[in-house]
Amino acid sequence: MTDRDFRMLRSTLSALALAAVALPGLAAAEPLKVGVLLTLSGPPAVLGEHARDGALLALKKLGGTLGGMEAEFLVTDAEGKPDIAAQKARRLVESDGAEFVIGPIFSNVMAAIAGPVTEAGAFLLSPNSGPSVLAGEGCNTDIFVVSYQNDQPDQVMGEYANGAGYGNVVLIAPNYQAGMDHLGGFKRTYEGTVTSELLTQLGQLDYSAELAQIAAFQPDAVYAFLPGGMGVNFVKQYAQAGLSGIPMMSSFTTDETTLPAMQDAALGMYSSGSWAPDLDVPGNAEFVAEFIAEYGRVPASYAAYAYDTVMLIDAAVAAAGTEDRDALREALKTVDFPTVRGKFSFGANQFPVQDFYLTEVVQREDGAYATSAKELVVADYVDAYAGACTAD
Amino acid sequence: MRMANLFLLQLLNGAQFGILLFLVAAGLTLVFGIMDFINLAHGVLYMLGAYLMAMFALATGSFWLGLLLALGATLAVGLVLEWAVFRRLYDRPHLDQVLATFALLLILSEGVKILWGSAPLNVAMPELLSGSVPLAGPLRYPVYRIAIIAAGLATALGLWWLITRTRAGMLLRAGASNRPMVAALGVDISRLFMLVFALGAMLAGFAGALVSPVLSVDPGMGDQILILTFVVIVIGGVGSVKGAFAGALLVGIVDTVGRIFGPIWLKLVMDPAAAAQAGRVLAPMLIYLLMAAVLSWRPNGLFGRPS
Repeated sequence: MTDRDFRMLRSTLSALALAAVALPGLAAAEPLKVGVLLTLSGPPAVLGEHARDGALLALKKLGGTLGGMEAEFLVTDAEGKPDIAAQKARRLVESDGAEFVIGPIFSNVMAAIAGPVTEAGAFLLSPNSGPSVLAGEGCNTDIFVVSYQNDQPDQVMGEYANGAGYGNVVLIAPNYQAGMDHLGGFKRTYEGTVTSELLTQLGQLDYSAELAQIAAFQPDAVYAFLPGGMGVNFVKQYAQAGLSGIPMMSSFTTDETTLPAMQDAALGMYSSGSWAPDLDVPGNAEFVAEFIAEYGRVPASYAAYAYDTVMLIDAAVAAAGTEDRDALREALKTVDFPTVRGKFSFGANQFPVQDFYLTEVVQREDGAYATSAKELVVADYVDAYAGACTAD
Repeated sequence: MRMANLFLLQLLNGAQFGILLFLVAAGLTLVFGIMDFINLAHGVLYMLGAYLMAMFALATGSFWLGLLLALGATLAVGLVLEWAVFRRLYDRPHLDQVLATFALLLILSEGVKILWGSAPLNVAMPELLSGSVPLAGPLRYPVYRIAIIAAGLATALGLWWLITRTRAGMLLRAGASNRPMVAALGVDISRLFMLVFALGAMLAGFAGALVSPVLSVDPGMGDQILILTFVVIVIGGVGSVKGAFAGALLVGIVDTVGRIFGPIWLKLVMDPAAAAQAGRVLAPMLIYLLMAAVLSWRPNGLFGRPS
């Protein structure tokens, strides 16, 4: 060995050693990266926090692995802003190497990130948002909505109102797109008379004007879509105005994210969902107990759906690995996974086909307030848009 | 008859909402008018009042004790903020003040979220003030809202007495019209400012604590009220507490009554579908239209001094 050869060998070896020190990841297999893109700041942050915690709980339960591969969650704040979320989604899939993105909470964010995520070759799995534009003609084989189609909870309440014999109802929602959509969903199935449709300002504080009208109309029931703080304001003022005698039905208004602030004022109010903390199916009680132990609050549906989403990825990766994308897509669509909803399957448009229950606000034995599954309203519910989805 | 009842009810609701706006606006207009200082963080003090109330009411198990502690705590927060931040901004241009107080708004909002979490909190209503009283026909009115009106009126009366009948009030009025002259007469202007600021903070905190049993206590509550408050003080005339009172009642009543009766009155002049549509579009704009109308009539607001 000449002196020169020796020097080259020495520098090569030291470079290799350096690389091994600097990039420990090279030694082990690259972990499977999953972007978790949720709104984690601003007033609606609590929804994203529930979803994030549900996903992290699932990963913890799986020992930090997905389908036997070491997994890493890249938790990212979508900030509730579509443009920022789109940038962050692009970074997750293009530079950070995420093969799955779990998110988002809000449908306007969904519209912004669907393109960037799927065009980069990653799968998008939604733990909450299920907009109609992605359910019908615009369906996409790389997008899996694990929660529900946005209109379904409202349609279920419409069905319930028919069954309960409510002849006339007053509707109330904020005056913006989602408000119209949700009321539209209710009206699609409700067969009685809509006495009045009260459209309020987004972020409205005081509902005395609307409550006065409800008191004057004395309808058989009220149907509300008032998410977050709006719902808290409305529900508290509803009870204080002495209207508790009029049944209140809602969607996204009385759930585990708002009930801690509503407490007794919300007792007995109805909504619908494909999951509730006390839904009596295998694994659910265990999930709820573990969630409470870990995060100190009763999980909301956002947490349950995110938990299911991670379990779905785990089962699909275990079945098909990550090398063959087509096999993985097929596995995502058909694989059996342990769901906290009892049963779960995807329809033609990668939206769920699942049972919907009437839920009622109750106080749990531990004193916390939560929704409780009361009765099955619709079984194996297919959303209204699935028929228009032709991609396959 | 039913219409008349509904109108009366809405008038009460509007007055109650207006009184609430007044409590927040009084502090803002004092600080703005006397100190020529734009404080975007004022809404955060309102939010802080509600959160402190939630914390103390839960800790002590008593609404009244919680209210007392929350008042003391917001006063203390006001003093600390004035000493640590605002004092350094008085002589700076408005743009700097806006930037600094906006930063403070973000910091405090995030701080509240770190301390208490982002889920809305609940404050139990005191037994004494819960329930509702019959008003007319099927309409009932919550006792607590009557209590809010009473508390707000009492505060307004107290402020009026403080400003027109006491020495401190005299200095306040003097400071508002000619600051250098008051300083030249040997009055400690910086101490006066500190007191004004702390009083404003406490009023905002009081409003927050007062509404906590009615409204959602969440990190966004300060931002929602801040914009309305600015509308109120612009309508009333910047710096005038009397103006803030009139402006707040006006905004509260126009907003609340207009939301219901706007569409009904529109139906008298156009067909029902168009009236409903126009009503929906116009209702959120009403208070801004009111502001524009007032300003075109009196460019300095109802009780504002010509600048």
